[in-house]
Amino acid sequence: MAGLRLLNLTRESQLSWLRVVILSGIGILAFLSRLFSVIRFESIIHEFDPWFNYRATQKLTESGFYDFWNWFDSSSWYPLGRVVGGTVYPGIMVTAGIIHRILNALHFPVHIREVCVFLAPAFSALTAVAAYLLAGEMKDSSAGLLAAAFIGIAPGYISRSVAGSYDNEAIAIFLLVFVFYLWIRALKLGSAFWGSLCGLFYFYMVSAWGGYAFITNLIPLHVLALMAMGRFSSRCYVAYSSWYALGTLASMQIPFVGFQPVRTSEHMAALGIFGLCQIMAFTQFLRSLLPARTFQVLLQAAALLAFGGGLAALILLTTSGFIAPWTGRFYSLWDTGYAKKYIPIIASVSEHQPTAWPSFMFDLGFLIPIFPAGIFMCFQELRDEHVFVILYAVTASYFAGVMVRLMLTLTPIVCVASALAVSKLLDVYLKDSNANEAEGDPSSTNGDNAATQPAEDDPVGLISKMLGIPRHYVRSVVNTRWLVVGSIAWIMVMFAWHCTWVTSNAYSSPSVVLASRGPDGSQHLIDDFREAYYWLWQNTPEDAKVMSWWDYGYQIAGMANRTTLVDNNTWNNTHIATVGKAMSSPEDKSYDIMVKHDVDYVLIIFGGLIGYSGDDINKFLWMIRIAEGIWPNEVIERNFFTERGEYRVDDEATPTMKNSLMYKMSYYRFQDLYGGQQAIDRVRGTPIQSSKVKLTVVEEAFTSENFIVRIYKVKKPDELGRSLESAQTFDEGKRRRKTAQNKSGKRSRKSRAGSKKQSE
Amino acid sequence: MASTRSNSSTSSQSALSASLSSHLLQALETYRSRTPARLKFVDAYLAFLVLTGVLQFVYVLLVGNYPFNSFLAGFGGAVGSFVLAASLRIQISGNNPEFKDVSPERAIAEFIFAQIVLHFFVINYLG
Repeated sequence: MAGLRLLNLTRESQLSWLRVVILSGIGILAFLSRLFSVIRFESIIHEFDPWFNYRATQKLTESGFYDFWNWFDSSSWYPLGRVVGGTVYPGIMVTAGIIHRILNALHFPVHIREVCVFLAPAFSALTAVAAYLLAGEMKDSSAGLLAAAFIGIAPGYISRSVAGSYDNEAIAIFLLVFVFYLWIRALKLGSAFWGSLCGLFYFYMVSAWGGYAFITNLIPLHVLALMAMGRFSSRCYVAYSSWYALGTLASMQIPFVGFQPVRTSEHMAALGIFGLCQIMAFTQFLRSLLPARTFQVLLQAAALLAFGGGLAALILLTTSGFIAPWTGRFYSLWDTGYAKKYIPIIASVSEHQPTAWPSFMFDLGFLIPIFPAGIFMCFQELRDEHVFVILYAVTASYFAGVMVRLMLTLTPIVCVASALAVSKLLDVYLKDSNANEAEGDPSSTNGDNAATQPAEDDPVGLISKMLGIPRHYVRSVVNTRWLVVGSIAWIMVMFAWHCTWVTSNAYSSPSVVLASRGPDGSQHLIDDFREAYYWLWQNTPEDAKVMSWWDYGYQIAGMANRTTLVDNNTWNNTHIATVGKAMSSPEDKSYDIMVKHDVDYVLIIFGGLIGYSGDDINKFLWMIRIAEGIWPNEVIERNFFTERGEYRVDDEATPTMKNSLMYKMSYYRFQDLYGGQQAIDRVRGTPIQSSKVKLTVVEEAFTSENFIVRIYKVKKPDELGRSLESAQTFDEGKRRRKTAQNKSGKRSRKSRAGSKKQSE
Repeated sequence: MASTRSNSSTSSQSALSASLSSHLLQALETYRSRTPARLKFVDAYLAFLVLTGVLQFVYVLLVGNYPFNSFLAGFGGAVGSFVLAASLRIQISGNNPEFKDVSPERAIAEFIFAQIVLHFFVINYLG
């Protein structure tokens, strides 16, 4: 190796050039491997939440920062509205806005949508760099490069950062890793400069993602562990104090966070450790002034007093209500049954379920088996920063086990720890061959001398025996070291293969467009969502209010540009329960609710025709549960099940089910598609009720090509003051006398609407 | 010196407190004689910051915390300045082997940087 000289560079600069080239290669790879969905489909925003972020970013670029900061969004949560500036983490929007600004200033007139779509891949390249730095602090730059390569392609991270996934996590993981790097750096150097940089990037992280609470608890935990191990040092004091003092004050500048850092239980660990740090530092100062024995007594008294006093103060303040207890979202991480019992809206999100084993393997491949080995190596060395890795690994593993979504915070540490293990392995087996030969010689000569005993653990001996070739000849060809290195290389190649496959097949589909393949391999795209949203946008009055389940709130606001009642920001549970009640009640009751809320259109998702399983009938039980939480006497979950406790949609469905607005809207005119035959619901796999579904308070306004999105218009109250149901039966009755054949509910309503228009 | 331990707990406590106070006096004396002038200067600054912090806190206890952000900004500014100055003191005290790489000039520069950032946030938060 020493003989290798390229371009007359010294070995040192060769290495640094090599590092730069490899790191930029990893960055480019991380960027490119996230573009599957853009290449296959188009450059659009995926999923639900990113649509709000996109809309807010549009607002930011169109009307400037101050308008965005004070934005009152009157087109969501209809009667209430939403103060966006105070209920959002603005980091990602501001980041995209600044990038857009810079690009335009450089005369690259890029549309803001492209910036939003490609933000996550760009930041994942930065994440790779941050992982390089972090792992470099733990071991050396070769471990850093491995960590960068792992996190560049690990599916656990790709799943939340493909192009088009314009969500908070897109920049938050970079910030998480980078804050941890700065923290380790500050701790190692004992430098207030790195501590304040850590505070600054912590501020950026707070502005970007609610997961900053993980940092606020992990860094104090690290310091506490160091204290308990007797490793508290002045460097630790400088790093932690400067981080906490700056970071806390900075984090409170974000309106959504507000006074939380001094008022909520999630942040009390950091405050407590801050106090403890001061006491520890002061006692260390006293130690230099006092004789040892007095100091002992003083130390014990001070430690006891501080700990007891702090704990008592915390309990007192929490019980007196000055400090808020854990919020439900965090509490459900400890008491895993809590959300299901008390807050169905948290439990209803699919990401909040526990993680199964296969998904660990699926998302992290061979890193998962190697990860504990990396942790073990940290235990062996156990410098201050290794304590951090261990704590991070333990806590993040627990959280990832409790909640699928938190797999994301586990991924960085898995990559770093596995990189430590792999790099250690390569260090041992890739040493200079001469040196290793010298080390290996004694044992091999022993084996040669004692030819009588077969060397079972010596692969060289085995091969030479089997093939009948002299030992030294075999050894020059086959070497144990190369077997090890070769298998590691093979595993890593397979890992890259696995990652690409997972990314391509599992994580690169925009949920806005549904893709299916025909038997001949041709692709068939189902674009019903945009069809329906576009219809809403073009064919309804601008101030129309659309009621839908909260999942689609952001998309309706983003794509159809209409006012919604509830959306994915589930800040008002009662309002969501109101919508759930309207959906699960009989028509007349829902009509009252809809009229009171000025609802003009009702939008539902129905997958029964093409087998789209994420439709509203499958989510219906959650609507019922959430509504039942508020009105336990009016909406009763039991009534939607048959006698035997089955959830059915066919003839055996309960009357409550058949009369609910959601059921009627979903299956309205569904039989017509089957031309008199039994209609089959392809999601539930059962026939639906055989009698015709009649709607009285709403009328069908639009149904998309594959029946996925159905939009109903809420009727005006009857002019004669009758209930809409009796008005309709009256109309039908009259019609029956006039033309005896025509009984179809739809035709009669159409002509009735026509006559209404004439009368107007 | 606290070795004059008796079986009765009260007498041992009083003896301890007596010896403690004498020790504290002695510590004060050690501090005065051994600390260099520039560290004493930093310590005076620290004492001043503690005083401002305590005064603000007492005021809030007396009057109430209505503009809570202003209180947090002022108090946080005092606490932040205190810990930054304490960090500076630790770094420049000279006898600490942990800070071989941090020269006093670098420590001062770091202190100034951190103070500027801190004051930016304090002023922004005063409201």
